[in-house]
Amino acid sequence: MKFLHIAWKDLKAEFRTKQMLNSMVMFSFLVIVIFSFAFGKESSIYISVIDRKIVDLLAPGMLWIAFTFAGMLGLSRSFAGEKEEGCLEGLKLCPVDRSDIYNGKVISNTVLMFLMEITTIPLFIVLFSYEIKNIPGLLLVVLLGTLGFIFVGTLLSALTVNTRTREILLPVILFPVLIPVILSAVTATGVLLAAGSIFEIAGELRILVIFDVIFFIVAQLVFEYTIED
Amino acid sequence: MNIRENIKPEQVYLTRTGESTIISINNLSKIFGTNVVLKNINLEIKKGEFLTIFGPNGAGKTTLVKIMSTLVSPTSGKVLIDGVDIKENPVGIRKKIGVISHDTYLYTELTAAENLRFFGKMYDVLDTEARIDELLERVGLKYRKNDRVGTFSRGMKQRLSIARALIHDPPILFLDEPYTGLDQHASATFDRILSGTNAHDKTRVLISHDIERGISFCNRAIILANGHIAYEMNDTELGDLLKCKTIYDKLVEENK
Repeated sequence: MKFLHIAWKDLKAEFRTKQMLNSMVMFSFLVIVIFSFAFGKESSIYISVIDRKIVDLLAPGMLWIAFTFAGMLGLSRSFAGEKEEGCLEGLKLCPVDRSDIYNGKVISNTVLMFLMEITTIPLFIVLFSYEIKNIPGLLLVVLLGTLGFIFVGTLLSALTVNTRTREILLPVILFPVLIPVILSAVTATGVLLAAGSIFEIAGELRILVIFDVIFFIVAQLVFEYTIED
Repeated sequence: MNIRENIKPEQVYLTRTGESTIISINNLSKIFGTNVVLKNINLEIKKGEFLTIFGPNGAGKTTLVKIMSTLVSPTSGKVLIDGVDIKENPVGIRKKIGVISHDTYLYTELTAAENLRFFGKMYDVLDTEARIDELLERVGLKYRKNDRVGTFSRGMKQRLSIARALIHDPPILFLDEPYTGLDQHASATFDRILSGTNAHDKTRVLISHDIERGISFCNRAIILANGHIAYEMNDTELGDLLKCKTIYDKLVEENK
């Protein structure tokens, strides 16, 4: 259970400054607000040109752009923060399995990501005038999509932590791996925003679960090698 | 001049050396890509011994300590700590070692107590709070217990890093150039803390460029140059700073 101590330490340090959380929330807010100016109710072109159906097609993508790009900010700092004062080395010297370090980071990253998401979703609903009928379904999709993002992202964040261009390298290597997650999450979110039922997105949910399970197991096996000096 | 004559008895870390070997290094080599960092190192360190490893930049000193502390895997050869191969049980080995480096391994957003509490939990320390108080008292930082480490000076951080390394009372301490960035006063305080209670029970390996400080407390010193043990200083040489410096300079020059 030492991974819980690692997660607790990360969250305590983060909530003391709220540096990362504030950046993530501000970034996702900006994305949603800017998209709402372009396609939402406030848009001057919305009434005359853009059909509601087009907005319905674009909205889930906008939401996930906000989630993934804001989440990227948190991921890139996840291990980079440990480089200060050589903390990553100190953590590696602790008598814990390397997978505990990964699991602790996964938990803290997930908590931060969820906090950003649960503040972004209400803003999105208001600005794009959505009435969510299946809130548990949407939360399930967000949960599974976020876990997939975090499982892969945390692993690759550790891999890129020693590179000088990690802020650029991380998204470049992360997004191609995330294609199945993003495609499934965007499709499933679109169906739920259009008042579809959970049964209509069974295929997407299956892909998300399989992706999450595979990458969680892979990360447990290979994480040790990603943080080796 | 014999600089060791002026050292007070309580400052001498090593008062007795056990007979049994606690660290055994056999034919150890490490290669990074095409760069051979360590070549066929053989070294035995006895329980309670204070060994200083000198060497110029790039000699492989830090790599050697990183291998002994399970941070880096050797390319070939074996390292046994307390008779256990570090590759076989790295988690168990980490419980027996403490590392003080020029990096403090401290979280600047957390307070001194929170840092020690975190490491205490990682090392399964019983009665963590009492241990934190004891160590903070020892390193003279009890009055800053609840202050964020980010507000500490370099010297205070380094003192707190001693407390962090000692939180689980490890029998082996690796000191990897711990004086980097410390002024004379801070270095002296660091020495005083290190030579405190139970110091003589611990096996210590110090890495240093500073010959004077390095030979002050050790009872054995080796010079690492170009990835191999180039020289082992004897007792007579260790008592003569000038001789040590001459030997060191000569070896560094030869192994350029």
